[in-house]
Amino acid sequence: MTTLLEMRGIGKSFGPVRALQDVSFTVEKGEIHALVGENGAGKSTLMKVLSGVYPHGSYEGQIIYDGAERRFADITSSEALGIIIIHQELALIPLLSIAENIFLASPPARLGVIDRGTVYRRTRELLAKVGLDELPDTTVTSLGIGKQQLVEIAKALSKEVRLLILDEPTASLNEKDSAALLDLLLEFKAQGLSSILISHKLNEVSRVADRITVLRDGRTVDTLDCREGPVEEERIIRKMVDRDMEHRYPKREPQIGEEIFSVGNWSVRHPVHTDRDTIRNVSFHVRRGEIVGIAGLMGAGRTEFAMSVFGESWGKKMSGTATLGGKAVDLSTVRRAIDSGLAYVTEDRKGLGLLLADDICHNVSLANLDGIAARKVIDDAKELRVANEYRGKMRIRSSSVYQEVGKLSGGNQQKVVLSKWLFTDPQVLILDEPTRGIDVGAKYEIYVLINQLADAGKGVVMISSEMPELLGMCDRICVMNEGEFVGEFAGSEATQEGIMRAIMRHAASHGGETLAAERSLETAGTEL
Amino acid sequence: MSEAVIGGERHGLALLKSHLREFGMVLSLFAIMIFFEIMTDGTLLRPLNLTNLVLQNSYIVIMALGMLMVIVTGHIDLSVGSVAGFIGAVAAVLIVRYHLDPFIATLVCLVVGGLIGAMQGYWVAYFKIPSFIVTLAGMLVFKGAALGILQGASLGPFPVSFQKLSSGFIPELVAGAGPPYPTSLALGTALAILLVFLSWRGRVREMRHDMPVDPWGFFVAKNAVLFGVVVYFTYLIASHRGLPNVLVIMGVLIALYAFLTARTTIGRQIYAVGGNERAAKLSGIKTERLTFLTFVNMGVLAALAGLIFAARLNTATPKAGLGFELDVIAACFIGGASAYGGVGTVAGAVTGALIMGVMNNGMSILGIGIDYQQVIKGIVLLGAVCLDVYNKRR
Repeated sequence: MTTLLEMRGIGKSFGPVRALQDVSFTVEKGEIHALVGENGAGKSTLMKVLSGVYPHGSYEGQIIYDGAERRFADITSSEALGIIIIHQELALIPLLSIAENIFLASPPARLGVIDRGTVYRRTRELLAKVGLDELPDTTVTSLGIGKQQLVEIAKALSKEVRLLILDEPTASLNEKDSAALLDLLLEFKAQGLSSILISHKLNEVSRVADRITVLRDGRTVDTLDCREGPVEEERIIRKMVDRDMEHRYPKREPQIGEEIFSVGNWSVRHPVHTDRDTIRNVSFHVRRGEIVGIAGLMGAGRTEFAMSVFGESWGKKMSGTATLGGKAVDLSTVRRAIDSGLAYVTEDRKGLGLLLADDICHNVSLANLDGIAARKVIDDAKELRVANEYRGKMRIRSSSVYQEVGKLSGGNQQKVVLSKWLFTDPQVLILDEPTRGIDVGAKYEIYVLINQLADAGKGVVMISSEMPELLGMCDRICVMNEGEFVGEFAGSEATQEGIMRAIMRHAASHGGETLAAERSLETAGTEL
Repeated sequence: MSEAVIGGERHGLALLKSHLREFGMVLSLFAIMIFFEIMTDGTLLRPLNLTNLVLQNSYIVIMALGMLMVIVTGHIDLSVGSVAGFIGAVAAVLIVRYHLDPFIATLVCLVVGGLIGAMQGYWVAYFKIPSFIVTLAGMLVFKGAALGILQGASLGPFPVSFQKLSSGFIPELVAGAGPPYPTSLALGTALAILLVFLSWRGRVREMRHDMPVDPWGFFVAKNAVLFGVVVYFTYLIASHRGLPNVLVIMGVLIALYAFLTARTTIGRQIYAVGGNERAAKLSGIKTERLTFLTFVNMGVLAALAGLIFAARLNTATPKAGLGFELDVIAACFIGGASAYGGVGTVAGAVTGALIMGVMNNGMSILGIGIDYQQVIKGIVLLGAVCLDVYNKRR
């Protein structure tokens, strides 16, 4: 076998955050090479380095492709050499036809006039290759997600593809479509095409991959060769999650009291596809002084669940019960949820959490304006006092409380969001990815704050995609997958392997019936 | 010199920064006034002309108050000119044709204005139809409706009691006193004293709570200028026929809206909706209702402006209100409001409206044709906004 691609010692930083560190990765001709790892392990970053999204010079290391070192300046230059990437979020234009989408960038044309005959004929050929039985002028919206994925692949084949990169191609497909797609990959392989497959579904990976490279914390852990004999999923999982976890989380002696918040049989319909249950029959509770984690892969429905509870901010047709402090509560609007003592700290700080152009003062008071006003007239002296109090308590680093929050670092912004919610004096806090995009030092500070909240007798729910964080912080961890709770572990008994196994078992038995929540979250934006 | 962190007096950069925007605006207004005062050989500030200036611009200022709130929430209302014209027509039909009592007719018109605003606000807030489209439709509808109910002709004149809304002056309490009218003078002086007193009380309060304040000398100078300007302009206006009723209405409304936007929770919520609607919603603010209400409010103010304009012309014409929306919107943007929402002040919008008004008036006195007036106003609008954007980037 000859080597098609070799990536040597790749490193990449985003500011102080090290995303990739000395990663080496090779792909041989006619090979399917799977890339696995947790969320944030660096898979997508590595592929963006390869495809030129991050141009040469913005990363360290070398890319040797087809026998020569390459320095891609952008995606066009990597595509010219046959490296085609299909992203997880499909890049099709919904209201254009299949043919128009496939030949979007450079349609065959004479003197600038599109040659519709050729477009039509070539589209038919490409659709036949991917086994999609649709007419070229069908609009993309009328196709299901599985078929749209095939259109993406046909689009890739319309270019001179030699190395096909698929980022989570089956995340939103059902079992039948997934199987068909994987068969297609095997077929391409037989024709000599190389592919890189990024996937969380280890059963699929072990079915089609020749080799599997595991990334963890931005480093290559190992490359497993499947041709020498089947690789057990257990082994992959262990490689994915193994790491040192001491001293990264502040110690705390949990003092757990009575139940403070619970939901029962909570089901939520998708806001657009209202025939679909995105959240199914979730029952959940948290006690005073307890930190409960919700684990799951991206798109498991954790954020959707939290937002649907918090004033029906996501989804439609909720059903189920909710109690706070033992009494049934009405959570139908955000205001009611806040007044009942619930707070939701969003994962999307900038988009949903802050008034970026406004100062710390105004952001802290936003969710509890009545708390700084007398008969609806704002007492700005009181507002200032409150803001200064939280600035000190939370150690928000800024020149003053009059500083614009858009100019603060991620960690300090998160502290402003937390301050805003603490000022509403909540009984229960739902923290959605509380440390996303925050550097290590600030993370520790946030952990300390979370522990203090629990010690003050509040119920804390923590959603995180970083499993070590959940293991290090939580007294109990619930596992969510595809809108359902699929397992629960006591903090002391939880392991990453156990959590992963619970997810994989559920994923294997259900095989992606729901839409990937990534996509559903986009629509959540328009809902708001 | 470093910025004062908290408490104490602002110095240097902080002082400049905290005032650059508001002062920049006011200073440009003064500069423009002085320019035209010189160019027109003192005609601009003659009592008669100054009174006219107020009467001519009152309806723009009043609509700018509502428009500012609409723009701050991140929307726009293109229909205000047509609505003002339509309401003028409704008033004429009610009063002139059906002899309804002017006071009741005024109330009816304000309610109709509110309903028009509610109708448009409903589509914008709850149906999420872009305000540009909804109010563009409204602009066409009410322009046509005005034409329709007037049957294409002007309708007038109004009874004297209705004309007073626009062309009346506050009654003189001192019998037989001539210009300058003492009652108007006293009222203006009282207002100046009140403004200085409020400013002083605010400062005392801020110092007590350890909030940053301007240096004492600067504070004194600022208030001296404020006092001087208010008293001087009162004197000029009192020298003609006294304070116009419209100026009193305008002053009360400006004070009301300045307070509403700057000091109340509802004002804060409006800014939050414009700053980040989704974050505001997740913080428990009823964003839809707030957007809806700003449009209702805009409708009422457009109706009031329409009444004042009709009273001033003493007739309702199908062309009334034509193009008002452009002056009103321009006033807000010249006054520093952001087209993206979340930014803008009542004081800025009023100053913007006055800048436009003074330029209109000054250029007319100078005999500059309506054609070049438009060109110059357009350039001023673009220039003011460019300067604003440039300042923010620095």
